[in-house]
This record gives sequence, C-alpha cells and structure tokens, in this order.
Amino acid sequence: MSIAAKEAGARQESDVVLRYLRPHVKFPNMWCPGCGNGVVATSLIRAIDKLGLDRDNVVLVSGIGCSSRMPVYLDFQALHTTHGRALAFATGVKFSRPDLKVIVITGDGDSLSIGGNHLIHACRRNIDITTILINNYIYGMTGGQISPTTPPGAHATTTPYGSAEKPFEACDLAKGAGATFIARTTVYHTTQMDRLMMEAIQHKGFSLVEVISNCHTYYGRLNRLGQATALLRMFQEKASVQDKGTNMVDDRTKDMIPTGIIHRDSEKTELCDEYQKLIDSLAKGKPA
Amino acid sequence: MPRGDRQLVMGNMACMRGAIYAGMRFYAGYPITPSTEIAEGCARELPKLGGHFIQMEDEIGSIGAVIGAAVAGSKAMTATSGPGYSLMQENIGYAYMIEAPCVIVNVQRGGPSTGLPTKVSQSDTMQARWGTHGDYTAITVAPSTVTDTFTETVRAFNLAERFRTPVTILMDEVVGHMQEMVSFPEPGECEVFNRTKPTCVPSSYMAYGPSKTCVNPMPSYGEGYRWFATGLTHDAHGFSTDKPEEVVVELDKLRNKITNYEDEICKVRAEYMDDAEIAIVSYGSVSRTALQVVKLAREAGVKVGFVQLQTVWPFPLKQLRELLAKTAHVIVAELNMGQIVGEVERVALGDTKVHSLLRYDGDIFTPMQFLEKIEEVRS
Repeated sequence: MSIAAKEAGARQESDVVLRYLRPHVKFPNMWCPGCGNGVVATSLIRAIDKLGLDRDNVVLVSGIGCSSRMPVYLDFQALHTTHGRALAFATGVKFSRPDLKVIVITGDGDSLSIGGNHLIHACRRNIDITTILINNYIYGMTGGQISPTTPPGAHATTTPYGSAEKPFEACDLAKGAGATFIARTTVYHTTQMDRLMMEAIQHKGFSLVEVISNCHTYYGRLNRLGQATALLRMFQEKASVQDKGTNMVDDRTKDMIPTGIIHRDSEKTELCDEYQKLIDSLAKGKPA
Repeated sequence: MPRGDRQLVMGNMACMRGAIYAGMRFYAGYPITPSTEIAEGCARELPKLGGHFIQMEDEIGSIGAVIGAAVAGSKAMTATSGPGYSLMQENIGYAYMIEAPCVIVNVQRGGPSTGLPTKVSQSDTMQARWGTHGDYTAITVAPSTVTDTFTETVRAFNLAERFRTPVTILMDEVVGHMQEMVSFPEPGECEVFNRTKPTCVPSSYMAYGPSKTCVNPMPSYGEGYRWFATGLTHDAHGFSTDKPEEVVVELDKLRNKITNYEDEICKVRAEYMDDAEIAIVSYGSVSRTALQVVKLAREAGVKVGFVQLQTVWPFPLKQLRELLAKTAHVIVAELNMGQIVGEVERVALGDTKVHSLLRYDGDIFTPMQFLEKIEEVRS
C-alpha cells in the first residue's frame, strides 16, 4: 500500500471515530498521554460502526476508575455508575430491556475486586451483556495501588516491597463462572481487538474481552518497565496470538500472554430469552 | 377506598399489589426477613404481566439493577430490611445524584447489625433520611395498615416519578406481616403518575439544567436522547464538574425540587386534635395502637389527640407546627431509642412540652403503656 493510500485510510478511520465522540464534552480526555484506554475506545467505536448498530440502542455502562470514564467521551446512551457495580446496573438495563445492546466498560479493580461478585453472577446467568475488561494490573485513578491482577512480586504504592499476593486470571474466572464468550487481547493488537470486540458484541450470551493495557504512569514506573512504548513492545513480544478457534494453548507458564478466543459456547441458553419464554407461556395461560 | 372486592391480605402482599397498580414492572431483590414475601409475590405476578423479576446476588446488586431498569424506562422497585437497606445505601445515593425514580421498601426489623430478624422496629427512621453519604433531601412514607400499605405504595411511585428521585417506603414487621381485609381499587380509581418525557429534539435535551420545577424530563433508553448519567457532581448536561458555581446549582436543585413541594408531599393524618390538650404523634404500626388509645382516653374524658406522619421525610414541619400550636403536651411514640422525637422538638414552639414514649425490645406498645404515659404527663 502506498503512503498516500495509508494516510487516506487513517483519515477515514479517524472520521469514523470522530462521528462517535460526544459534542458537549471538554477534550482532551482525562487519561494520561499514551494510555491504552483511548486505544480500546477507538477499537470499540470501529467495532460498533462496522456492525452497523443503531447508536441510540447501544448502552455503555461503567463503574469507577480510569477505564470507566470511557462512556463520558463516546456518544451512546451511558451510565457511569458506582465502583464495582456496573454489571449490576447493566443487568437491570438489559433484563428490563432486552432490545438494547448493553456493553460494560470496566477495569481490573472495578470488576475483579470490588465488583467480583457481580461479575461471576453475570457470567453464571449468561445474560447477553458484553464486558470489556481493561486490565492494567494496577489502580490508576487512586495513584498506583495493587489490584487483583497485579503479578506476584510487583511493586505498587501499597506493596512497596513487592506483592505477596496471587493474582486472578480474569478469563479463567469468567469461564469457571459460566461466561459463554471469553477472549483476551492487548492494546498492541488493535486489529485483533477490533475483531474480538465485534465477535463478543455479536455473541448471544455473556461475553468478556480482557484487554491487557499499559499504565506506564504507575505500573510501568513503579516496576521500572519504562514508558508506554516500552510496555507496548512488551505486549508485542509476550503475546501469543492464537486467533484460530476456541482451544488455544495456555502458555502463560512461559510468561506469555495468550490472546484470541479462549472459550466459546453457543449452546447455552441466555437469561433474557429464557425469561421471555416464561412470559410467553404465562400469556398463553400455560403453567410455566 | 371504595368497598369492592374485599380480600384478606398480608401487608407485604398489599405493597406488591400497590406497586403493580402503580405500574411497577421490574423488581430486583435479595431474600431477607421480614420483607421476603414482597419478592415472592413479584416473582409470581410480574411475568404474568410481561414484567421482570430477578433475584440478584446481594442487595447492592438489587438496587443497582433497579436503578438500571429505572433509567432504561421501567418503574422499578426493591424490598429489603435493615442489613440490606444498609448495603443499598451507596447506590441509593447514586439514584439521588442521577435523579433516577425508583422505590425502596424497608420492612424494618430490630437492629443494629443482624439484630432481631423477626421482630418489629422503627429504628431505620433516621437512616431513611441520612443513610447515604452527602447532602440530599429524601422522601419517605410510612404506612400503618394493610390498606394504607397499598395506597402509600402507589403514592411512593407517584412521588418517585414526579420528582425523579428514589422514595423509601418505611414499613415495619407488624405492618408487613399482619393480615387485614382490603378492598383493592379498580384500575383508574387511584391516580397514577408517569414521569415526564422530553419533547424537544435530542440535540437540545438536557437531563439536568435549569427547570422551573427543578425536575427535568427523563427519556427512556433507546428514544434517541443519548444522555450521560454519572454519580459525579455534574453540570446541566450531566458531565462532571467541580466548579463551585456549578456544584452549588446542582445541589440546590436536588434539595429544592423536594422542599419547594413539601406541602404536596407531606401527608399527615390528624384526629381529635381540635381541643386536644395532649397530642400523640406516631407513624407506622404504632399509629394503630395510638389511635385506639386516643379513643379510650376520650371515653374516659381526657382530651387526647392523634397525629400520624404518613410522610416521615421530608418532615411535615409546617403541618405539625399548626397542629401542635395549641397543644400543651406532645407524646412522640416510636419503636426505637428516640429518632423522630428530635424533629418534633424542633417544631414545638412556645409552651408545648415534648415527651418521648419508646420501646425497642422487639415488641409492640401495649395500650397500657400509652395510658400510663398520658397519666404521667397530666400529673
């Protein structure tokens, strides 16, 4: 591809993104320069645009944290809720209005620590909600404390001598809890991210996309891993991109980040569908 | 209420039926004594009406789901008791902040902590006013009979919808579990208020911002108004702000939308008050005993009056000031260590003396306790 063609493509892509940004919001956004949250936001926009969803029927629900600020900037129906509770609110939105497309934007602290209970129960119910979990291994907004995904030994302001704790694997947790579409990617792998987001949104049932992201401001600095570019290079080197199917190789033991679709189950029934069947059978006067 | 189809019904069931009458079609809750019958009733009835019932993982999730359903367009409710009400408080504050209409039922039991799960109490009266952090103005109603529970539940939904705010129904174990004959009204007999929807073009819609009544119209999700809701203090468009001049406008609005309409929100029932020398002020199940005692005292020639707070919050300051202006003594009776009595002391002017009659052992007042207190006050 010629440089001119590449530039034209990039312009077109940024035009798409601009169409989905809110007119009333004061830019620049509140994220640090180089933060992965913006990469995820633009990927989500591209996925929604490519799927041709009616933006009036797309609801973004988020909790508290850096990543949870995303619905501020994207021009969809948006509910920026309390810390950890996005999935509870989203359950109310989706269960009462199954016609809406509900997408939850959350972070590792928001969804796996304070909101862990809501996450596992949303997975268990297999309610048709897509959750984008941006995992940067740390609490960014409050200034660099450990999260449930912080690797053992890693430094944070609350583990000044290195963390003695074991981390959660978000995707394993979701699988164990019953989610029916689970995928992992990183902010380096934007093409893959676009595709996984589209697949997750299209999936009928609870879908989780874990996006490994960079918090160079705290995680990078406190662990001497360098700036945004250094962290992106690390993701590039450590990721094993397996995009072929559901049975991917779990090579985390070799300190790799397996990316791609981790689990997909299209057989399991979805909550709203099942409840609608109940409503329909009661309307016909049949006992449920 | 007209005498129609009379049925023997439990208070908790009357609450469920009042909510459905008002248009509630979404319920999320978590089992807790003594409120569970409300959830069970909703689980049975809502799917028949095309509505939705969900048992959430905890009370935090329950109120979250209720608020989610409320902003998406439903009339939504949850019911709980003390420990669950405590868990819900953060998200109730969120509902105040984003101005989400919803109803929270607290069938009170003894506390603190796990307390007395099966025993009556009114010890969450102050929590209904000040339960969540920050400054805000709360609406709370308190029924005293099964029929009352039905009508006050309808009223709670009307207030929630009209003022875009969470409303608490403070029931108690006695009101929740007692059974009485009730004549339920036909559809259309009682007023049912639905939230005002915007009619402007979406680009000029403001979820907050200036409004004569301080209450902005509220669209359902999917109607083209892609508004932003946040628990952060926000500007007219709903986006976070920390500018002092914008903060104060928003907080004033949250207060004024209720305090400017106190006359319409505050409901007080007064009987035998014209010549009363002693007034008994009560709310919830205590009002039943109080009214009986007033009648007994009148038969014995003692001029006792009856005042029942059907609206507990905002505190019916004006009505009480008028009612108690000429009363020498006020006895405030409540099943706690003294909560609403402080509010009554604030409204009692001049020579009016305020006395407290309290019980917090998990049991109800006996008429004798009242009569003894009346004797004590008179001597």
